Amino acid sequence: MSPAEAEAVRRSARDGWLLSLPALVILTLAAVGPLAIVLVYSFLTPGQHGNVVWDFSTGGWVGILWTKDIFTGEWVLADGHLTILWRSVWLSLLTTLFALVIGFPTAWFIATRPPRERALWLFLITIPFWTNLLIRTYAINEVLRREGLMNSLLLGLGITDAPIEVLYTPTAIFIGMTYVHLPLMVLPLFAAIDRFDLRLLEAAYDLYASRWQVLRRVILPIVKPGLIAGSILVFVPSLGAYVTPRILGGGKQMMIGNFIELQFLQGKNWPLGAALSMVLLLMVTVALLVYVRHAGRRSQAHG
Amino acid sequence: MAEAVTISARHVVKAFGQGSATVRALDDVSVDIRKGEFFTLLGPSGCGKTTLLRLIAGFEMPSGGTILLDGADITNLPPNRRPVNTVFQSYALFPHLTVAENVGFGLRMLGKPSAEVKATTDRMLALVKLEALAGRRTAQLSGGQQQRVALARALAPQPKVLLLDEPLSALDLKLRKEMQVELKRLQHETGITFVFVTHDQEEALTMSDRIGVMSNGKLQQVGTAKDIYTRPKNRFVASFVGETNFLHGVAEAGALRLGTGERVAVAGLRAGGEATVIVRPEQLRLGPPGDGALAGTVRSQVYFGTDTHCHVALADGTELVARLQSPATGEAGLADGQKVGVRFAEGAVQRVEEG
Repeated sequence: MSPAEAEAVRRSARDGWLLSLPALVILTLAAVGPLAIVLVYSFLTPGQHGNVVWDFSTGGWVGILWTKDIFTGEWVLADGHLTILWRSVWLSLLTTLFALVIGFPTAWFIATRPPRERALWLFLITIPFWTNLLIRTYAINEVLRREGLMNSLLLGLGITDAPIEVLYTPTAIFIGMTYVHLPLMVLPLFAAIDRFDLRLLEAAYDLYASRWQVLRRVILPIVKPGLIAGSILVFVPSLGAYVTPRILGGGKQMMIGNFIELQFLQGKNWPLGAALSMVLLLMVTVALLVYVRHAGRRSQAHG
Repeated sequence: MAEAVTISARHVVKAFGQGSATVRALDDVSVDIRKGEFFTLLGPSGCGKTTLLRLIAGFEMPSGGTILLDGADITNLPPNRRPVNTVFQSYALFPHLTVAENVGFGLRMLGKPSAEVKATTDRMLALVKLEALAGRRTAQLSGGQQQRVALARALAPQPKVLLLDEPLSALDLKLRKEMQVELKRLQHETGITFVFVTHDQEEALTMSDRIGVMSNGKLQQVGTAKDIYTRPKNRFVASFVGETNFLHGVAEAGALRLGTGERVAVAGLRAGGEATVIVRPEQLRLGPPGDGALAGTVRSQVYFGTDTHCHVALADGTELVARLQSPATGEAGLADGQKVGVRFAEGAVQRVEEG
């Protein structure tokens, strides 16, 4: 490379930085900055009235797992906190799994319709997005409650003798989250299945694959990017869900989102809330890393 | 007659749609395909040749009739239970697998031990000369290479019959010629019965042991390339396979009386009714008029290098094409407007059925 060329490369690199400056400023102000504040707050001491005192402390982070016994003053494991974290994770995983089980056949059905009909089905899938999440969640509440639609139907049809108490249980949260997040699973899956060459099914059947083997050896590996994208899109918002567990869990079945709120408002322990926020962010990041790793491997394979 | 039959289709009917909109893609087709032969289904698009292939593969179920494989009824068996493999027009290679994994797919689905899968895969890749590309993804291959992978993949489970659905149509001319030779070699080396579908009559004539010509869901004629070309059964076969001159007239004993009043000798023709005969362009001889020749006038000539196609009009305006060897350098050829006598080679005039 001649000196002139090297200079040109340097200049274009510098210009590139200059051009991306606005984006960098916005990112710093809107994402990195607030995150940094949250991180700093997680290492401060809680104040009397829900503010922070500028004294360094790891109390917020310790408080995630341990708590001081109010009588003996000893540090004991905060099993209540662990229960909430654990509930958040398994409810989110269960929601993702069920959204997948329901979403995959749905997406397959839509992708295999004639093009004109397909537009209609996709339109129907997106209709829930038009209504506010709060209203949709209250609608689910109406369906599930003791005198609600579900119990009237079950009792009316004589399937059960007594109303089923579902509302304010983890099951209600799971049902609500699955309903709310299902379109986020169906849409990326549809996109992946739509690209799938259906003639490969015949090729696989022709080469002695059973139906199950066709699904496992041909369909699933090929639509995997859509499968992972859909799972991430359901898992991440489920993990941080706030409205759904609040309304359908009745404040008793908290998830991590509600727990964070509690620390900032009633709990008046901002450092603990901030530390919990960081933990949530960490879990989401791990989930996204899994996705990026799979997506990366896939594009590499196709050169 | 003693030759073993591999595939036997008996009165096979395939109808699509319902009620008055029903279309008969196959209308009472019966054919025996012999063990180890290269059998071609030839016909224009929509004639039902691909439907017949798909019925043999098991992708479609017939509306009527039976299909036998080595004497056993396979009519209702799903594709994965038939020892028959297909080379698809689109190749349909698995994009998430390597070349070697594609080739080994069938064997793995059959539950063969991995050592056997590997050995057979290597052997198949060597057969189609793709050993060097075993680890590649199929998207990185050229059309000709993908074609070879598709062939190796379909041959690897050693099927009793290999079905080929217009496999060469996506290739350019040069590659197509190469693959034609390649296919014949593979068929010879493996001894597997090939059923090949094409709309290209030249491909059919050069590659096949026997050809079944189809149109409108019916098998029009089955025979060797020579049978089909020299003794076409009806007007469709005669016009679809090769170029043909048609003469129409009244049948007399041993001759056809044309509209011009002239007579053409047709061996074995019996008197009574109208009849159509054919003569291939290369069987026409143009000479001096008179002496029992049909009177003709040269209309136009098209030069093809070794051949010249000479269009000659008879007295009633019927136009015939004669394929003549081009005149040697310095030799005077025919002139447009020249009066000529049209004669036919011995035994070249064949009666065909209308329709």
